[in-house]
Order: sequence, then C-alpha cells, then structure tokens
Amino acid sequence: MKRIAIQAEDFDVAAELTALEALGGGGVASFTGIVRGEGSLIALELEHYPAMTAAQVDRIVDEALARWPLLGVSIIHRFGRLEPGARIVFVGTASRHRTAALESCAFLIDWLKSDAPFWKKEHFADGATAWVAARAEDEAKAKGWTA
Amino acid sequence: MITIVYFAWVRESIGHDEERVERPAPGVTVADLIAQLATRGGGYAQVLSDPAKLRAAIDQRFVPLDTVIGDAKEVALFPPVTGG
Repeated sequence: MKRIAIQAEDFDVAAELTALEALGGGGVASFTGIVRGEGSLIALELEHYPAMTAAQVDRIVDEALARWPLLGVSIIHRFGRLEPGARIVFVGTASRHRTAALESCAFLIDWLKSDAPFWKKEHFADGATAWVAARAEDEAKAKGWTA
Repeated sequence: MITIVYFAWVRESIGHDEERVERPAPGVTVADLIAQLATRGGGYAQVLSDPAKLRAAIDQRFVPLDTVIGDAKEVALFPPVTGG
C-alpha cells in the first residue's frame, strides 16, 4: 500500500494507523509532526510547489520501498495556515519487521525535511513574519541515510 | 519561451509567482539565468545576487545550479526547503 496525500485539511491519525495495521504485517511505526507553540508564534504558513510535491514525495517513498521490506507507507503533508497544536505531517510504515518499520519511518521524515518542496513562514502575535531557515543538521541527517 | 516559478521569500521579493521568458541559449545554466535575472535590479537583485542561498528545480526535479537548462519547460527558484 502506498498512500500519499498533500492537503490543506487535517487528518485522522487513528484511521491512518488502522489502515496500516490491517495490512497484516505485525508492525506499524509512525511519526506525527505538530506545530510547536513557541513564544508569540500564532501560526505557520506552509507553501509548496504543487506541480512537484506529490511526485517528489512519491520518489522518496519508492526509495524507502526499495530499501526496506515494507507492506505499506502512508504520508500526509499539509499546506496552508496552521496554528500551534495543529498536525503538519504524518508518516506511517508497516512491515513484518519492527526494524524495517522504525528505520524507514525515520528515513522518510528526515527526507521530507530536506527533499520535499515545502517552505514554512512564521506569523507572530505582533504581526511580524519570518521564513524558517533550513537547518544544516536536517540536511546532514537526510544525507546520513545515503552514507 | 520557458516558465520560471518562484517560491517563499524569492517569490515575495520578486513580487510574482511565475513568468514567461525567452528560451535561454543552448548551454545556459540555471546559475547563468539567475545572474541574468539579478541584473533587472529591485527585488530580483535583492534575492538573486547571492546564489549560494538558492536552490532550483528543472521540470519539477531538484538540480544543482550548474545544470544546463536545455529544452526544459519550467525552471523553479526557491530557498532551501523547510518541510516536514
């Protein structure tokens, strides 16, 4: 099973996990990313490259499917305006082996951070805005999987 | 003609999200195109004068800035991505 959704709407984590559990692999791992309520942050605005996003995420998923024996992968990434506490991203993997499920889940979220065409803009209570800068350590983490 | 699309602070500084330009000559790279656009001044110069801060895609695939544009239909210019 390969499920990729790039959407503005929220998603139901329990439903996503249930679908992965139903694949019969015996092991499901997942990661959910949530907007941190830091300081005076009132919202994150996520912009993406619609013509590219789904195809690029699909390539990352294929890479994971080639590296680990997986029965299913689900990735949901939201865009638009998200407030603190809102879910941003979901990665779920199902496998017969816990190592494959856990490792591929970590691989996928690391690669989404450095290789999916999304950009985050912070909105603060005083009206100020700031584009989030890419972190060198995120890039290093993703590249670490190729070492 | 080719389409150039811009994202995040590149888009904001330039003031629009896409435009059509004459097809670059054979051999012209993304870096050459960036340098050429920067000569327009204003918001273009502001965000395109330091290519080290930019990333690019050709026909929806990430490429290094020294990639030749060739017969591509779409070039995208943007900051390093911050998804996930």
